Amino acid sequence: MTAEKKEVQKQPASTPVETERTKLRRVFVPKVDIYETKEALVLLADMPGVDEKSVDVTLEKDILTLRGVVAPRAYKGYSAGFAEYREGDYERAFSVSEEVARDRIGASVKNGVLKVVLPKAEPAKAKKIAITAG
Amino acid sequence: MKYSKELSRNCGIRGSASKEKEVRTMFGPRIWRFGSLSDWVPEVQRLQNEMNRIFSGLPSPAPGNDPLINVWVNNEGVLLTAELPGIDPEKLEIAVLADRVTVSGSREPELLKEGETYHRRERSFGRFSRSVELPFKVNSDKVEAKYEKGLLEVRLPRAEEDKPRKIEIRSA
Repeated sequence: MTAEKKEVQKQPASTPVETERTKLRRVFVPKVDIYETKEALVLLADMPGVDEKSVDVTLEKDILTLRGVVAPRAYKGYSAGFAEYREGDYERAFSVSEEVARDRIGASVKNGVLKVVLPKAEPAKAKKIAITAG
Repeated sequence: MKYSKELSRNCGIRGSASKEKEVRTMFGPRIWRFGSLSDWVPEVQRLQNEMNRIFSGLPSPAPGNDPLINVWVNNEGVLLTAELPGIDPEKLEIAVLADRVTVSGSREPELLKEGETYHRRERSFGRFSRSVELPFKVNSDKVEAKYEKGLLEVRLPRAEEDKPRKIEIRSA
């Protein structure tokens, strides 16, 4: 019996310790467009290969995190010829400075594009300050 | 003249050959193979694009190389896949001519109304077109294309007359 050889040497870690993913998968940073309307902050992220079941959007405190899982693709009866792009999961986080109405956040996925709408909280909407002369 | 003579002396090349020939032998034939330096420009540019693509965090296809494609093969033909998020399938065009496949279309930008502003804009938009030459003729009647979750899949079967044929050997 031959045992599988593994690295014996201890690996030094960087401090503070970087969090690693349990799954050894490639992770990509999705390209995003973010725009602001009067009522909301809208985010669009390109995540090809992702559908509504495999995407995860969380807002914790003021950190908005997008996660998309792409199932590895294999085509039956075909072998890989050549590849220009690679597939993997998507992950990206933003800090949202705006006050957001948390209960009305909406997210949808269409044709591999994730759209997140973060409505602005009421008090932030009308914030006109009257200036008096004197 | 003086320059080349000095060089040849330093390199230990001596003889009665002309100046130009001396210089040529010194560099060896290799460096002259490409002719002028301007012939290298496209090659250097391609290399630069490739490097930029590898080292930039966000993958950005070079112009003329958009979209990036993956190719899967078997004996019956090839399967071509491309990542094209957020495209109206109606506006996606696939053209096949003999052994050449062209995928083209356009990404529509989100049009903002008045008073709306961008915080960031990283996604690309506009027209794209990509042509691929295959090593065989395609049976254009049987090409199948599917667009799902922002991924395009095009199945390109080999034309019947272009398939490898088994030849029977008869004994005399």
